[in-house]
Amino acid sequence: MGRITLRNVSKRFGEVAVIPSINLEIGDGEFVVFVGPSGCGKSTLLRLIAGLEDVSGGVIEIDGVNATGLPPAKRGLAMVFQSYALYPHMSVRRNIAFPLKMAGMDPAEIARKVEAAAAVLNLTGYLDRRPGQLSGGQRQRVAIGRAIVREPKAFLFDEPLSNLDAALRVNMRLEISELHQALKTTMIYVTHDQVEAMTMADKIVVVNQGRIEQVGSPLDLYRAPANLFVAGFIGSPKMNLIGGPEAARHGAVTMGLRPEHIDLSTSAGTWRGTVGISEHLGSDTFLRVQVEGPGMITVRTGGDSGLRHGDAVFLTPQTGRMHRFDADGKAMA
Amino acid sequence: MPDMARKTTTARKATVTALAWTVGFLIFFPVLWTFLTSFKTEGEAIAAPPSFLFFDWTVENYLTVNERSDYPRHFWNSVVIAVGSTLLGVLIAIPAAWSLAFVPGRRTRDVLMWMLSTKMMPAVGVLVPMYLIFRDTGLLDTKSGLVGVLTLVNLPIIVWMLYTYFKEIPAEILEAARMDGAGLRSEIIYVLAPMAVPGIASTILLNIILAWNEAFWTLNLAAAKAAPLTAFIASYSSPEGLFYAKLSAASTMAIAPILILGWFSQKQLVRGLTFGAVK
Amino acid sequence: MATQHSRTAARLMISPAVILLFLWMIVPLAMTLYFSFLRYNLLMPGMEEWAGFSNYRYFLTDPAFFTALRNTLVLVLGVLMITVTGGILLALLLDQPMWGQGIVRILVIAPFFVMPTVSALVWTNMFMNPVNGLFAHAAKAMGLQPYDFLAQSPLLSITLIVAWQWLPFATLILLTALQSLDSEQMEAAAMDGAGPLSRFVYITVPHLTRSITVVILIQTIFLLSVFAEILVTTNGGPGTASTTLTYLVYVQSMLQFDVGGGAAGGIVAVILANVVAIFLMRMIGRNLDA
Repeated sequence: MGRITLRNVSKRFGEVAVIPSINLEIGDGEFVVFVGPSGCGKSTLLRLIAGLEDVSGGVIEIDGVNATGLPPAKRGLAMVFQSYALYPHMSVRRNIAFPLKMAGMDPAEIARKVEAAAAVLNLTGYLDRRPGQLSGGQRQRVAIGRAIVREPKAFLFDEPLSNLDAALRVNMRLEISELHQALKTTMIYVTHDQVEAMTMADKIVVVNQGRIEQVGSPLDLYRAPANLFVAGFIGSPKMNLIGGPEAARHGAVTMGLRPEHIDLSTSAGTWRGTVGISEHLGSDTFLRVQVEGPGMITVRTGGDSGLRHGDAVFLTPQTGRMHRFDADGKAMA
Repeated sequence: MPDMARKTTTARKATVTALAWTVGFLIFFPVLWTFLTSFKTEGEAIAAPPSFLFFDWTVENYLTVNERSDYPRHFWNSVVIAVGSTLLGVLIAIPAAWSLAFVPGRRTRDVLMWMLSTKMMPAVGVLVPMYLIFRDTGLLDTKSGLVGVLTLVNLPIIVWMLYTYFKEIPAEILEAARMDGAGLRSEIIYVLAPMAVPGIASTILLNIILAWNEAFWTLNLAAAKAAPLTAFIASYSSPEGLFYAKLSAASTMAIAPILILGWFSQKQLVRGLTFGAVK
Repeated sequence: MATQHSRTAARLMISPAVILLFLWMIVPLAMTLYFSFLRYNLLMPGMEEWAGFSNYRYFLTDPAFFTALRNTLVLVLGVLMITVTGGILLALLLDQPMWGQGIVRILVIAPFFVMPTVSALVWTNMFMNPVNGLFAHAAKAMGLQPYDFLAQSPLLSITLIVAWQWLPFATLILLTALQSLDSEQMEAAAMDGAGPLSRFVYITVPHLTRSITVVILIQTIFLLSVFAEILVTTNGGPGTASTTLTYLVYVQSMLQFDVGGGAAGGIVAVILANVVAIFLMRMIGRNLDA
């Protein structure tokens, strides 16, 4: 259970329409990621679903029931906040037990559930500590524990990993994915990090300026971005976007080429350029190549590339991997 | 070279210490002198030259003050009025501060400023009607009347203090409680109040001090029966004969409890009385 | 950033405080305004009659009014000057490294907790009294004539007593502000070649401005209504030499039982306080983060 439908949902703060109008269908058990630049309205959208903000218009349905006017407590959803929002004056045990206590559950039953959740999340040894005595990752787990004990219809995550350091972030990403595999509960996850979106989502919703730019699986978005915004946002390093006569030759206003879809040669190719900065990642090397005409192009090559600053190279776009966009930025067939 | 630097610092530190202790002692001296005088006989209290420590210490003044002037009753009045008005004020102010801190609107700022402005209205401007209202409703010289007035007098400060403390609690935590199924009541009782305990405690402490020392309404609206210590001490202003030692004893008893409370709350005092502008 | 539910709850929860304060502000004030147009003396009940503006004419042309106005200004400004200057100096002193700073702080803060009637009585009797006061003893010991503080300069004496009570407040706030000064800023300035004096002028003073403003604002609120100190020391005298506006209105209404005249004085005090308040609220608004 956990089907969420948004119909013409809009949100205004005073005169400002943060979300003009959004329609979205989230299926039961899906892992949906809202991704977009900061201030795009993705967190607001999550808060509307949670009931922490009122919609200005439209309808939110949860499992087919109109939940638009329900307070957060009555929606049966659980949320993990960016700051974890743990209750600092309660022990880990009481933090996790809090939603059950609010639901008026029998204390013995609460204790059993808390122990079970703690076991799953490796928190058993920490149940009597305060949140202040835990590391960032442990706090994160407590927040998740507090969410899972309620067996909610869906989990809402609001940028949950942004306060963790890089290494921990990768670990927690895996843990959340595994949790989803185990629970099979609907999850809605908000992030500005497209890597998180790509690695975790069943379905990505790209949000920009309160509008949905595209909805699809990670590979759909990677292979067929619907517009310039999605093209530029999904993929790392960013897709090369080339305008001018070079694009016009292919019948487009802008053409897009991912760094990994360009062949590199030191002898011959379509474009001639000079190597600028190179970033060595070990497995890959990304070269910034100054090309006459298209301008600066990022190219991926193998980790053992021996090219240096100032070397002359030739670039050839792979046929069929090119993206073409019209004057409105829409992808052309 | 580093050795020399340390030496000059020590010399400097010693100078600063001597100077600061002297100034501190001078500022504190009237309080100390009152305390010492309270243990002298009336004769020693006005003796020239005055003796500082070497006199016959006696607790007779305390006994006399307690017997003759019904001191315990006035002390009790002070306690009831200060504590009562503070607790009543906090009870009214907690929900108000919750609203201002967690559901801010366009008018939040105006409401806060308006509340503060009521503090600026000179009490004397409403003295006559308050006196008449009290006289006609039988509240004159009653503890409940003074509790009511002091609640209103200090309410803006209590709201402001709680507001600045509440604002430091992240709204996300209250939202988490809401997501966890807590209603408004549970949210305040289980989450907000426990987290704000230090803030609420220092608000209470500070307002007890303010109410204890309030000396306009207590002097004008309570003459005898409900008179707190402020009014009781004022009755010493036109005495006959020797009275320094007894005045000192009464004063010491009047200020000692609040002085001790005050020393405990000096950190919060700054923050509270500047409405969070200086921390 | 909230829902309709929470906004409704918020309105409900704030209303007791707002309603109470509104009544507290408006009901007595309306009554004062009404009384100020009556000839109304408590000694002659039932003789109230409409008096038009005569109460105001009487109050505003009374020479005591101008004396009181002047005295109020002298008292407030005098105390502000003493406490702010003294507070800055003391705060700078206490901010230095020393032994027993905590104890000195406790000594310095003490006067703030002494109730006004106690401090006024202790000072007038045990220090300023021309016969048995400590100052008189000291003067005699040095072969000087004892000075009768309350008779010869009553306003100055009261100013000093009130300043003693408020000096700790200013000191404590300014000290807290000094301690919150980022030491890296000071070190950066020292690296940039600023000497102790330029560091004080360009970094410490600007940092303290906000706190000084706050000290002035909050003290003014309390100083305008200084009452007990006058009541138990001089009763406003000799003559009207130490009568402030607050005290003048008190005398008129509570001692002369002239409700009408006292009310007119009260309204004048409210208007004057409002002028000050509007000015202060502007400054406060900039300095408080509401």
